[in-house]
Amino acid sequence: MNRPEHIRKEDERLAKERETIARDGPQLTGDELRARLDRAWRRPPGIIGWLATVDHKEIGRRYIVTALVFLALGGALALVMRLQLAAPGRTIVGAERYDQLFSMHGSTMMYLFAVPVMEGVGVYFIPLMIGARSTAFPRLNAFSYFMYLFGGLMLWIAFILNMAPDVGWFEYTPLSGPQYSPGKHTDIWAQMVTYTEVAALAAAVVLVCTILKARAPGMTLARMPIFAWAMLVVGFMIIFAMPAVALVTTVLLIPDRLVGTQFFNAAEHGDALLFQHMFWFFGHPEVYIIFLPATGFVSILTEAFCRRPIFGYPVVVLSLISTGILAFGLWVHHMFATGLPRVGYSFFTAASMSVSIPTGLQIFCWLATMWEGRPRFQVPMLYVIGFIVTFVIGGLTGVMVAAVPLDLQLHDTYFVVAHLHYVLIGGAVFPLLGVLTYWYPKITGRMMDEAIGKIGFWLLFIGFQITFFPMHLSGMLGMPRRVYTYPAGLGLEVPNLISTIGAFVLALAVGLFVINGILSLYRGAIAGPNPWGAATLEWAISSPPPVYNFEHVPVVESHTPLWDGGGDLPVVTGLRVDQKEMLLTTVLTATPDLREPVPEPSLWPFISACAVGIVFAASIFSAWAVAFGLIPCAIALTAWFWPKDMTRKPEPVIS
Amino acid sequence: MILEPRFTDDLSGLPTSKFGPSSLTWWGILGYMLIEGVGFALMFFAYFYLMSHEQGWPPEGRLPPDLLAGTIFTIVILLSEIPNTLIKKAARAGDVATVRLLFPIMVAVGIVLLIIRGFEFNSLNCLWSDNAYASVIWTLLVLHAAHLGTDWADTVVLWALIMTPLGYEPRRLVDVDENSLYWRYVWLLWIPIYLLIYWVPRL
Repeated sequence: MNRPEHIRKEDERLAKERETIARDGPQLTGDELRARLDRAWRRPPGIIGWLATVDHKEIGRRYIVTALVFLALGGALALVMRLQLAAPGRTIVGAERYDQLFSMHGSTMMYLFAVPVMEGVGVYFIPLMIGARSTAFPRLNAFSYFMYLFGGLMLWIAFILNMAPDVGWFEYTPLSGPQYSPGKHTDIWAQMVTYTEVAALAAAVVLVCTILKARAPGMTLARMPIFAWAMLVVGFMIIFAMPAVALVTTVLLIPDRLVGTQFFNAAEHGDALLFQHMFWFFGHPEVYIIFLPATGFVSILTEAFCRRPIFGYPVVVLSLISTGILAFGLWVHHMFATGLPRVGYSFFTAASMSVSIPTGLQIFCWLATMWEGRPRFQVPMLYVIGFIVTFVIGGLTGVMVAAVPLDLQLHDTYFVVAHLHYVLIGGAVFPLLGVLTYWYPKITGRMMDEAIGKIGFWLLFIGFQITFFPMHLSGMLGMPRRVYTYPAGLGLEVPNLISTIGAFVLALAVGLFVINGILSLYRGAIAGPNPWGAATLEWAISSPPPVYNFEHVPVVESHTPLWDGGGDLPVVTGLRVDQKEMLLTTVLTATPDLREPVPEPSLWPFISACAVGIVFAASIFSAWAVAFGLIPCAIALTAWFWPKDMTRKPEPVIS
Repeated sequence: MILEPRFTDDLSGLPTSKFGPSSLTWWGILGYMLIEGVGFALMFFAYFYLMSHEQGWPPEGRLPPDLLAGTIFTIVILLSEIPNTLIKKAARAGDVATVRLLFPIMVAVGIVLLIIRGFEFNSLNCLWSDNAYASVIWTLLVLHAAHLGTDWADTVVLWALIMTPLGYEPRRLVDVDENSLYWRYVWLLWIPIYLLIYWVPRL
C-alpha cells in the first residue's frame, strides 16, 4: 500500500533473491548441511565470543556450573555452622559472625543456587526436549545469566569485605529497617535479590515463550515431556511471585533505608508486617518454584528407567498446575506466630494441608509407573527412590506444622530446619543430582562413573538422614534456630553432635559427586547419542549436541517419540542454512506458524548487564545513582536492539 | 542427526512475521506486562493494607492531593489512545507512510504527559517521607512515571528505526503494533492508580 516506487522495486528484487536462499531438505542434508549449519550458528572464538554467545547450551551450562559453585560455598558455610554447634558453648565463631553465616547460607542456597540451577537446567534442556534450535530471546537469556552472576559476586564480595547481610535470608523489618540495621549489610542483601530476580524473571519469560511457541510440529501440549510442563508452570509462578520480592526489597525496603519513606515504620503509620506478607507472597511459591522442576526431573527419570510412559500423564500435569496455583494461597502459614484473625488460621491451615493432595497424586503416579514398568536401578533411579523416601518424610512434617497449635510450639525451632531441608534437599537436590547424572552424557559426551556414583548416592542419602533427622529431636527439645550456641545439660548435645558428623558425610558425598563429574570428563566411557535408551528428543541428536541442535526440525507424533518411531525420525524442512533460523509453532496444537530469525551473538546483553548492575550497586549508596545510571542503561539497551546492518535483506536477520 | 530423517513437509513458504499471538515478541511483551501488573497489584495491596489500619485516609487530617494536574493527565492519556489506535491500524495495514506521520504525535504526547506528571508530584500535598500514606502514593506515581519514561524512550527509538530504510520491513511494523499494545497497557494501568491517588483519599 502506497509504497514509493524505489521501495517497490527493491521489494521485487528482494523477492527474487528470496528464491535463491539455501534451505535444508532432501536435496540438502547430511554432511553438507551440517557443515553449513555449523558455519551459520557457530559463535566467534575467544573471550569476545564467550561474552557475546547466545547459545542456550553455553548459557545453561554456565548457569548450572555457577549455581553448583554457590552450592559448594553455601555448603561450606553450613559446615562452619555445624562445627560451631557440634558441642555446647563453642566459640569457633561469635554471635555476629554466626548471624552472617546463616544469612549467607540461606540467601546463597535460595537465590544463588536453587532457583538458578533449575532455570539453568531448563535453559539447556527445554529446547532440546521440544525439538527447537534455540530458546526464545537468546540475548535476554544471556543478559539473565550475567545479571545473576553479578548479584552472586556482589553478595560474596561483600561477605569477604565483612559487609555481609546478617538478619536472615528474609530480612524482616523492623530488624532490617534503618533503625536496627545500620551500615550497608541489609542493602547488599536487598540489591542481590534485585539482581537475581531480574535474572530469574528474564529466564522465566524466555522459558515460557520457548515452551509455548518453539515446540516441534506435532508436539501438542498433551505430548510435551513432563519436564516441559513443570518448567511452564514454574515460569508462570516466577512471573507471579518474584515481582513481590523485587518490590518489597527494591521499592519499599531500600527507600525506607535510603530516602526516608515510611512503609515499615509504625511510628509514621507504616506496618512491619506488610514486609512479611509481601515477602512470603514470594517466599512460599519460591519453595514450589524449586520443587516443581525437581518433580519434572523425577517424572522423566522414572519414565526413562522404568521403560514405559509415565502412568497417569494427565493426572501428573494437573497436579503440577494445581500445585502451582495452590502455592499462592499458603503464604500466611509462615506468619502463624504473628497473630492473625481466627478465620485466617483456619483458611491457611486448610490450604496448606490441601497442597499435599496434588503432590501425593504425583507420587502415586510415579509408584504406579515403577510397578508397571521394569525399573533399572542405575544411579539416577537411586536418586528417585531417595527422593521419594526423603520427600515423603518432609511432606509429613509439613502437614504437621500446617496445624496452628503445633506450629506455634515448633516455630523457629530446629524442627522447622529439619522439615525445610527434607523438602528442599530431599525434594530438589536429590532429583537434581539424579538428573545431572542422567544428562551428563548429553552435555559432555561421556558417562559418569557408575560405581563412584552409587557410593556417592548412598553416602549422600545416609549422610543426609544422619544430619537432619536428629534436628527433629533437637527442635522438639526446644532448640531455637539462628542462635549461635546452646547451653549444656538440655539434652541437645547428642543430636547436635550426630548432625555435625552427618554434615561431613554429606559434604564428602557432594565432593565425590564433583570428583566423579571432573574425572568422567576425561575418563568416562563415550556415551553415544542415547546411552539410557530414553524416549525424548534430546536423545535423537549426538552427545554433546551440535551448536544448531537439530539439523532438520523434528516432527512429533507421540509423548515418547523415540520409543514409538520406526527407527527413523520424521522431519520438516525449508529452514535457512546460511543464517540462523528457527521454527515457531502455534501454542496449543504446535502447527507450524512462522520462520523466526535467531539473533546473532552480541556483546550488548553483557554491556547492558554491566550498566544495570552498576546502577543497582551504586543505588545502595545514593538515590541519584538511579537517575544518572539510567543513561548508560538506555544507551546499552538501545544498542542491543538497534540493527547493526541497515540494508534490507530478502528475509529478516537479527544482527 | 543419528536417526535417519524421514522428510514430511517443506515449510519454506511459511511467513517470517505475523501480527498478534503468532509473534514471539507479542508473548514476551505479555510476559513483562504480567510481571509489571503483579508489581502494581501488590502496590495496590500495600495501599489498602496500610489504609485498613487507619482511622482517616489520608492520616493525621492531611489534605488529599489536588485534582487538577492528575485529572488533566488522565484526560490527555485517554485521548492519546486515538493516535495510538490509528498508528496500530496503519501498522497492521502495512501503511508505512502513515506510521511515519503519526509517530511524532505519540512522541509529543509522551513529552506533554511527562511534563504534567511533574505538576502532579507538586500537587500531592505531601512529601514521600511524611508518613506511610505519603510513601505509598508517591511510589505509585513514581512507578507509573517510570513506565511513561521507558515507553517514551522506546517510542523514540522505534520512531528513529521506522524512518530508516528498514521501516519497510514487515517485522518493524509488528514492533509498531506491539509498541501500541504496550501503550494501551500503560494507560489502562493509570486508571486504578488515578483512583487510588486522587479519589480514594476523598471517600
